[in-house]
Amino acid sequence: MVELLDETPRVRSVVLDPPDWGGHLAGQHVDVRLTAEDGYQAQRSYSIASAPEDEHLVLTVERLDDGEVSPYLVDELRPGDELELRGPIGGYFVWEASTGGPLLLVAGGSGVVPFRSMLRHRAAAGSDAPARLLYSSRSLDEVIYRDEWEGLGADVRFTLTREQPEGWTGYARRIDGELLAEVAWPPAERPLVYVCGPTVFVETAAEALVALGHDPARIKTERFGATGGR
Amino acid sequence: MPISRGFRGRGRRDDVDPGRIPPGQYLTGDFPVLSAGPTPHTPLSEWTFSIRGSVDDPVSWSWDEFRAFPSETVTRDIHCVTKWSKLNTVWTGVSVDTLLEGVETSAEYVLAFCDGGYTTNVPLEDVTGGRAWVAYGYDGEPLDPEHGGPARLLVPHLYFWKSAKWLRGLELRADDEAGFWETYGYHNYGDPWKEQRYAGD
Repeated sequence: MVELLDETPRVRSVVLDPPDWGGHLAGQHVDVRLTAEDGYQAQRSYSIASAPEDEHLVLTVERLDDGEVSPYLVDELRPGDELELRGPIGGYFVWEASTGGPLLLVAGGSGVVPFRSMLRHRAAAGSDAPARLLYSSRSLDEVIYRDEWEGLGADVRFTLTREQPEGWTGYARRIDGELLAEVAWPPAERPLVYVCGPTVFVETAAEALVALGHDPARIKTERFGATGGR
Repeated sequence: MPISRGFRGRGRRDDVDPGRIPPGQYLTGDFPVLSAGPTPHTPLSEWTFSIRGSVDDPVSWSWDEFRAFPSETVTRDIHCVTKWSKLNTVWTGVSVDTLLEGVETSAEYVLAFCDGGYTTNVPLEDVTGGRAWVAYGYDGEPLDPEHGGPARLLVPHLYFWKSAKWLRGLELRADDEAGFWETYGYHNYGDPWKEQRYAGD
């Protein structure tokens, strides 16, 4: 582990320099395995936040208070420590520049992590595929990579569902059919849609997109349950 | 194996028989949802269940015909490749043995197919002999769409992606054709006790 970056009060990015890393695709994840001195092990999956082109492998982890692996990664891990990784894993929820667009990304909370990888990849690869991210957070404090979105060359739109700063001009409501109709390209333009977030969020967004007429076969989802640890 | 400095492991359970938790799994009380796309909602009036492929006579049942088969209620532990396990889950459904009664086949494999285009492959012997069901009830209630309702495959001795949601039928095959996750790098067989998560395990 090279470096630990504070993203929000509950979220940190773990910057890694894994030896013999064979590369990954934007949207893939890794398994992290922890081993206690007595041999007890715990493992969880985490989305990769870095682009394939980036120098280091970055995992962004939300601390789940009742979690087992995430509190260790966020609070205990120090630069120089070693971490046992397996991956990259998953070949479906991925986007490559050659896949094209329009690319619509819909994120709830830390579900935005794989989309950072995709949008950084899109920028690094010089892709001209139109890309739009609709990112739902509870408050501005909880927006991950807050200072980075503007520089990625994508159309990023925020909705803050619980608390908005004074003078906030973005959206301030939960994602539903009305908001998606406003933000998404029309179904006739056949956007490729990725939805990632907590289960209820993903169910709601994916169902609303289907109801708007988007082809279910062009909607890819990734969900994590209340127990998280994804 | 490398020791993770400072990791003590708060997930240890002394109230559960460790023999029921496969390697690398942790227990959850929730029922997390994982699927690759939107949840399909096929009306029961349009729903059918088919047995097709290398069979002498393909069959297709309506929802009412399917529900007329004798059902069983079973309690099983389930294990998801994303590491959670859930003990003592209660399912109601039709045994695959019952559905295959009278079906003549020389097939050795099954490709389960579903609404939304999902597929998964299992050896025929893993869904027969009282080892698999087509489940439509969970915990005494109709199976929720997000958990695979109206009916899903239940093959509890394999990782849970083999228990395909929104199941519409079984294709019996002489050869083993990889299903959805199996073509995306997950293990072809998926035995949780051998930790067969990914291709090559």
